[in-house]
Order: sequence, then C-alpha cells, then structure tokens
Amino acid sequence: MDDRGTLADKLMSPAEAVSRFVKDGCQLALGGFTINRNPMALVYEIVRARRRGLHLVCHSNGQALDVLIGAGCVARVEIAYGGNGRFAPTCIRFRTAVERGEIEVEDYSNNQMSLRFLAGALGVPFIPTTCGLATDIVRLSGFSSQTRAAHKLPAEKLILMDDPFDDGRQVALLPALTPDVCLLHAQTVGDRGTVRIKGLTFADIEQAKAATSVIVSCEEIVPEEELRRDPDQNCLPGFLVDAVVLAPHGAHPTACRSFYDYDVKHLNLYKAVAKDDEQFRRYLDEWVYGCADFEQYLLKVGAAALQTIKADPVSGYAPGMDRT
Amino acid sequence: MTEHTDARKDADAPARARATDTSRPLAYTNREMMAISAGRLIRDGDILFAGTGVAMLAAAVAKRIHAPRAVLFFETGAIDPELEELPLAVSDPRVMNRAALNSGLIEAFSIVGHRKLHTVAFLGAAQIDRFGNLNSTCIGDYHHPTVRFSGSGGAADAASLASGFIVFMQHGKRKFVEKLDYLTSPGWLSGGNAREKAGFARGGPIAAVTDLGVMKFDAVTHEMYVAEYYPSVTPEEIVAYTGFPIDVSRAVEALPPTPEELAILREEIDPQRLILG
Repeated sequence: MDDRGTLADKLMSPAEAVSRFVKDGCQLALGGFTINRNPMALVYEIVRARRRGLHLVCHSNGQALDVLIGAGCVARVEIAYGGNGRFAPTCIRFRTAVERGEIEVEDYSNNQMSLRFLAGALGVPFIPTTCGLATDIVRLSGFSSQTRAAHKLPAEKLILMDDPFDDGRQVALLPALTPDVCLLHAQTVGDRGTVRIKGLTFADIEQAKAATSVIVSCEEIVPEEELRRDPDQNCLPGFLVDAVVLAPHGAHPTACRSFYDYDVKHLNLYKAVAKDDEQFRRYLDEWVYGCADFEQYLLKVGAAALQTIKADPVSGYAPGMDRT
Repeated sequence: MTEHTDARKDADAPARARATDTSRPLAYTNREMMAISAGRLIRDGDILFAGTGVAMLAAAVAKRIHAPRAVLFFETGAIDPELEELPLAVSDPRVMNRAALNSGLIEAFSIVGHRKLHTVAFLGAAQIDRFGNLNSTCIGDYHHPTVRFSGSGGAADAASLASGFIVFMQHGKRKFVEKLDYLTSPGWLSGGNAREKAGFARGGPIAAVTDLGVMKFDAVTHEMYVAEYYPSVTPEEIVAYTGFPIDVSRAVEALPPTPEELAILREEIDPQRLILG
C-alpha cells in the first residue's frame, strides 16, 4: 500500500453522505437511465432525510426521479425524459406532479442535456447545438424569469444565434450545467477510490465531472490494484469522488449490469401503487420510511427476489427471467 | 423519445379489437402488420437508431429477412449489440449484450448525425401533424398541461440529426392532429423546404406506420398521404381517423405478412409476446 490516499475519509453510509452533501434546495444530477443503474440506495436516504426543494437536472431518468418527486423532495426539474420503459412510458408521479402544477419543469432533449453536462465538465460557459431547432423545446422556456432569478439560473433557457462560421445558419447556445451534487451507482470502486462502471455509462461521467460534489454508491469495493491492472476499463479517478457508499443491490429495482437485472415484480408493484395518492403514500411508508436503512429494505425485498434477478456472468442480465 | 408507447384512451381511435373481430378473421394482428410494414422500409446497410416496443420488432424483422447488414444502436450508447432477448427499455441490460461497444449518450448521438452514415431513427409520439412533426411532451398549454408525457428523450435529437425517421403511432383523430399542442421533434416543419431553411442539413420523416396503414410524405410539399392501407382496412377509414385532410389518391393495399415474416417475428423475435401482446 502506498500513500496515494485511501478511502478512509470518503467511505461512509448513505445517511452520512446525504447529510454532508445533499442540502435542501440543491441542484442534483442523477446518474443512470430509466431502468438502469439508478442510485436508489442514496435516493431512498434523501427521502428519509426529508430533503425539500431539490432542483433535478437529468437526461432520461426513471425510478430515482419518480420516487424523489413522489416523496415531495423536488421543486423543479430540467429534463429530457421521465419514463421507465415498458413499466411506465411516462413516470407516473412525475406526470401527476406536472399536471397538478406541483413542480416546475423545463424540457430539453437527451443530447442537449448531455452536452450541457459536458460543457460543465469542460468548464466552458455554453455549448452550441443544432438539435431541436424550430421546435418548442427551443421556443418555450419552462421556468419563469422569477424562478430563474430566485435560484441563480441563467437568465435565458438558451439563446439562438447565427453561426459565426457559417452565414445563414442558426445554432442554439445551451448554458453549461454545474450541479451541486452528482449521485452515481457504479459496479466497482477501488480502495483508493477509482470508479469502474460496467456497460453503458450514459452521461454519468460527464455529470460527475461537472458536479461540485460526487457521491458514488457501488456494488463492491476491491483492492485498487485489481482496477489498475486494467485501467482502460476505469471511468473516474478517486480524487474526483467525494463520498463512496458501499451498497450492494444499491440500484434496486433498476438493473446493474453483471450484478442483477431489473426487478419486474417490484416495478410492476410500483406502477400499480404510483397511480393512487393514498397507495403511493403507503408504499413510501412501507418501503422507504419503514426501513431504517438500505439493508432493511433489501431484507424486505427478500433473498428469493434477489436470486430471481441475479445476473448471469456472460450476458450481464438474468436470461429467461419472467418479464410479463 | 423512443420508448413512448403510451396507450392513452383515444375515443376517436379505431377499435383495437380489429384483429379479434371474428367476422373478418385475420391471420395476424395489427401490431404484427405494423412491425412487418416498418421492417420493409429499412434498407440493407442502414444504421438504425432503435427504440423499444414495435420499433424493436421492425428492426429485428428487417435484419433477419432483407437487411442483414443493417446495424442497430441505441441512444444510451449501445452500438451494434446482439439481442438475444427483447429489451423493454433502451437502457435494458439486454441492449449491452455482445455489442461492438458500450458507450454513452454523446457517443450515440455522434453516430446518429454522422455525415458518412445513412441513419434511420424509429420514433413514437402522442401527436403527429400533416408534416410529420411530433409531440411527445404534453397535451394542453405547456405551462399548465392537462396531460404530461415523457418528453423528448432523444427523439428531438434523432429527428434533427438522422438521415430520416420512421414514426410508430396508433391511428386516431386525437393523434393525427391539425395542430400539435407542443412541437417536440422536427419533421418537415411547415412543409416545402422549411426544414432545410431551419438549418437541418438532412433528414425528415420517411413514413408514419400505424395500425391502419403506412403514411408517407409528398416529395415536394412534404404533406402526408396514405401510401398503403392494410388488407383489413379501407382508405376511407384512414381518412375518417385522421384529424386533417389526407390524400388517398396514391394509396395501395399493403401486402400481407408472408409466412416467413410471421414465423420469424413470432418464433424467433418475440416468442414470449412481450411486445406483440
């Protein structure tokens, strides 16, 4: 072991990570995509800590987004897509909250949001794109000018300008995103903090690099040496990570390649209860507030369910799993 | 957004029970016909920006039958995977199986818009207008919507960047509308050369494949017309279920699925009928 730092001062429980880094009203980027690698162990902890007024910045988010909104933690979202694939073409608590005017929403596209995170990561103030020209995404701002002023957001959603290099062509300038906190769930973290994500990285790496603080929950912590033997597979250096949370099954009920598939039964249960305010309240009481921590939640999910979704090492998912 | 399969109740939509109507027995369902019709629009060697749902089936059918060199990729960053089971979302770990590479969103969008590739995107939507512009965001006023949908996801990007896109819709007057409540993804905009003038180097809607037939767009005006009606459907029915005037003068009856197409779809692609229902 050399002296290039250890995880000692970064390894913490979900409760400690949330308490130290996730403040009421902060701007939060969620890793993962619809039903894959949502940072659920951290999200449940945010709900238990009753954080309020969060400002979410996301491309395509599903379960994490919907639970946070349903639990009343969220004031506004900048988003491209709120959905859970076949389990909810539109996330149900997201839809309900927008229709009732309970949250403010501003729409972008996936590429636009990814580019905004990239701009934040690169430290440039804005980034041009031709995606979405002539659409209402470009024409209509979701947030009011009061909201923008009150929450230190750019005065404009985006700005259209003539391409300075090409006469007669327009581009949309999108403001960079620099969220206060980025939450990620990864497969593996080394004991000096190096992060390895297996499978699709979505925009997780750009989000992490753009954020002020980065919390990574993970399936396993391994000797750093194991990750450095094959550095081509690694995604983030430890010095960009502020907190590491060991949370096996920490993306449940969403999938985590090579470890487990999505939990069809739980997502179907969620879909059923999310349609009704009272049933959803009881779901949160039972599955989130009623569990002191993520270990208790997993006990409730049960060993049999976790065995059903266990990934096959070759395919990375659970082949032949009943998905009806 | 490519995962959009929202089945909102649409009172103006044709009865979905068509396939089970015993007075007109069909050897296949409308959903099977949609998948096969859309599959036939794919050219060998196309680079396909795949969604899930029926779009996934269409791509799989094409690849097995007449477009073996077509390549699938997903906006999540999965490039050219081998799909052994149908994914239920574009982030499903099944899209990562034996891929050429698993990357991220920015890498995926760099392929959608790549100038040397012929890329075709599959998109769904809640509303479409006569120029193939799409709404997958909301019904009603944007700031106070009566119905909120998922939002663009990668749909606005694919509609902006791809060489062309194919839309999957259920036919109905509330879906085929005179004016969109929100324009999420750019089609031919106001028709004619409006798309080019808006700054898009290429692309535009190729077809809208519905449960009644295949709609295409006039080469000059870019207005939607009925290109094909399914064997159990009449052009007049399509007119009745479309919320704007639509030309039927070029409409022909679609070829029914071949036994080979149906067998591949049912036995190899969706044996669990996860999408076929």
